[in-house]
Amino acid sequence: MTAASNSGTSSIILKQVLDIFVLLGFVIAFTVLVMVITGAPPLAACYHLFLGSLGSWVKFSHVVKAWIPLTICACGLLFTFRIGLWNIGVEGQIVMGSVFATWVLRMGMESHGDGSFWLIAALAASAIGGAAWAGIAGFLKTKGGVNEIFAGLGLNFVAQAVVLWLIFGPWKQPGVASMSGTETFPAQLWLQVAPALRISPAALLIVASALILTGLLLGCTRVGLRFRAVGSNPFASVLFGLRPNLLMFVAMLFAGGFAGIAGNLQVTSLYHRLIPSISSNYGYLALLVVMLANYNIWLIAPVALFFACLNVGSIQLPMMLQLDSSLGGVIQGALVLATLGVHAWRKTKVSGSGSRPIGSASRD
Amino acid sequence: MRVELVDIHKHYGSVKANDGVGLTLEPGEIHGILGENGAGKSTLMKILSGFAAMTSGAIILNGRPAAYRNPAEAARRGIGMLYQDPLDFLQLSVLENFMLGHTGSLRLHRKLIRPHFISLSESFHFHLNPDAAVKSLTVGERQQLELLRLLALGVEVLLLDEPTTGISAEQKEVLYAALRRLGADGKSVVLVSHKLEDVEALCDRVTVLRGGRVSGTMLRPFDTQRLLAMMFGRPPAMPPRLVHIPGQEVLRLDRVSAQGGRAGLRECTARIHENQVVGLAGLEGSGQEAFLRAAAGIIPPAWGSVYLCGRDMLGGDYHEFRRRGVVFVPAARLEEALIPGLSIADHLALQADPSTFRLQRAAAVQTASAKITDFHIKGRPQTLVDELSGGNQQRLLLSFMPPNPRLLLMENPTRGLDVESVNWVWQYIRRYLQRGTGVVFSSAELDEILMVADRILVFFNGQIIKDVAASETDVHDLGRAIAGKLSS
Repeated sequence: MTAASNSGTSSIILKQVLDIFVLLGFVIAFTVLVMVITGAPPLAACYHLFLGSLGSWVKFSHVVKAWIPLTICACGLLFTFRIGLWNIGVEGQIVMGSVFATWVLRMGMESHGDGSFWLIAALAASAIGGAAWAGIAGFLKTKGGVNEIFAGLGLNFVAQAVVLWLIFGPWKQPGVASMSGTETFPAQLWLQVAPALRISPAALLIVASALILTGLLLGCTRVGLRFRAVGSNPFASVLFGLRPNLLMFVAMLFAGGFAGIAGNLQVTSLYHRLIPSISSNYGYLALLVVMLANYNIWLIAPVALFFACLNVGSIQLPMMLQLDSSLGGVIQGALVLATLGVHAWRKTKVSGSGSRPIGSASRD
Repeated sequence: MRVELVDIHKHYGSVKANDGVGLTLEPGEIHGILGENGAGKSTLMKILSGFAAMTSGAIILNGRPAAYRNPAEAARRGIGMLYQDPLDFLQLSVLENFMLGHTGSLRLHRKLIRPHFISLSESFHFHLNPDAAVKSLTVGERQQLELLRLLALGVEVLLLDEPTTGISAEQKEVLYAALRRLGADGKSVVLVSHKLEDVEALCDRVTVLRGGRVSGTMLRPFDTQRLLAMMFGRPPAMPPRLVHIPGQEVLRLDRVSAQGGRAGLRECTARIHENQVVGLAGLEGSGQEAFLRAAAGIIPPAWGSVYLCGRDMLGGDYHEFRRRGVVFVPAARLEEALIPGLSIADHLALQADPSTFRLQRAAAVQTASAKITDFHIKGRPQTLVDELSGGNQQRLLLSFMPPNPRLLLMENPTRGLDVESVNWVWQYIRRYLQRGTGVVFSSAELDEILMVADRILVFFNGQIIKDVAASETDVHDLGRAIAGKLSS
């Protein structure tokens, strides 16, 4: 090993750069192939995606509004991925964050004047709601041995049902219940938007805190290291005095709390009411963001921005090219599939070249 | 079919599982492969059956070199393997399992195959109901089914890996008869075992492996003493053993039964004292794994009690045992003991004391540097543990041990290490004895156990069948006990 590091530091860097180019080339080729198959002219589609997302400040402000919850969710998911859990339930956790936010804000509807108290209370309630929803999946996982993917998926459906029940039942609009959601909150219960930016400074502050907090917790604290240890080898972590079940539960709470906050912003800064599709599927999308970012905190923000651009930009496609707007989702999926494919291929290439761990020799 | 294996090498990293093995298999011969754990028997069979690729060497079938890369290609050349755990499909019926692998037409000719199956089954005196679900069968019956399936595929060379483990005495007789008939039909049978009785009852010829090489061959009739000598080697001249005077009782297992390992643990009673080294001997999976884990609180006993310094540990987990001074070091270093992807410094940061919220990276690197020097580890604080060699991983594990444990439980602590590392490990562990620690370790090397241990527990099929002072036994005596033969 020392020989390798002496002789070829520069060749290792070269290899990594080469790897990135191979990855990018493969991803682009695969995506273009998907576009050609679906009948989309690749260049024109890219042009309109670009124009539709970054073509004007108004459009960019829409991108940022999608980027914020996506990034916050992705931050939370880093905790669960780090400890080796697939928190598919993030979608339901966003929804429960929205529900708890709506619940608190409805109490504040009667009060007049400054809504800051209610907004802060709603933020706390959302984090608790999302964390509680994730806690159920975590509890089932650690105490009942229920796979977190199945528990999470089930809870997503339950959360969706809860939203529909609330919209058509207890929280229906005066007079008539409608798919358009609950009654819109008065403006003092909206997150204020800076007129010049068309973006809420408070939301930007929250997303920045989420990124910094996640980076610090995972990178610079003992808890972060413990998450990583359990994620890499739960059995050995016990021998180091760690309690994998407890830590998994805590990681789920973090992910759920972050998702809940994302759900809060959907209510307070975007829709100003509870609607049936309140999560905008940002939970599932955030899973893809984290995978494409290769679980790297530094790449979360740019990758989430890219995905937000695709999401917002694809709205243009039906108008300009008579293509369905779901092409944006197709491109996102193709990107992640191609990336995972390249990573998997690289892994088999490495393990296939005979550098197997010594321990495997003992299986005589 | 005549099978020649020429100079087979199989290396896993720095470990040479097969180091130049050569043997010839004649048609109609029942050939036994003997050897203790880690001798390279299973590796050799995996290579012959196409399950693993050899590093170098040649396989010659009927005088022509053959190259195949997977079990399916091996089967097409007439080589089939019956694994220790039959590889069948539990959800399917007996007949469906039998039909798997029958190539030819797409449609399954259930009606055609059924009478064929029944007559084949009866010709071997197997009693298999074609419609029974495989999951309702015993291990022995599943083995019979797998045997029939391989024969129906046209296998000329049949490899069996420890076929008598987990089957009844009656099924063993049926299996023996079936194998003898195959031999009489001109098919070659390879029987891998560490049980002398199987080999002696059945084989025409025996090849003994030791340390990845052929240590000898013998034709029937067999001389047990010579076979044992080939398996375990001549006892080396032993250095004067340190005489430890055992202190107070540290650990007591009272009729403990537990799950785990191949055989589990059945009604084990044992006492371990301070200042005492106890070696656990036995075939892999005979109960040593479960014993160590039950003693460490990692697997809860299904029955019986574990006492630590006289205190009943009922319901205590590993954390509780650890607090009371128990340290467990598992054999699979990278799978169970270390955390792949984390560096040496990270491992030390995980254990740092006093625990702070912030990660004390600099301090961890400093501790790591000190340990690297003290324990002669070849690596840097930033080196990932997966990049360390087996010996260095073991040294690192030893460096994690607290200064004053009451009880040290080590599973195969020197497995895969070179002689120098082995000596270093034992020198280090001996220091603990001066502080009154009780040491329990398992090992596949009888020489090592005899050299290091004060007392030896021999495990067979989940039970302790021999509990003896090291000074009152020898390699042959232990070898017989391991193989299930109790002398006297």
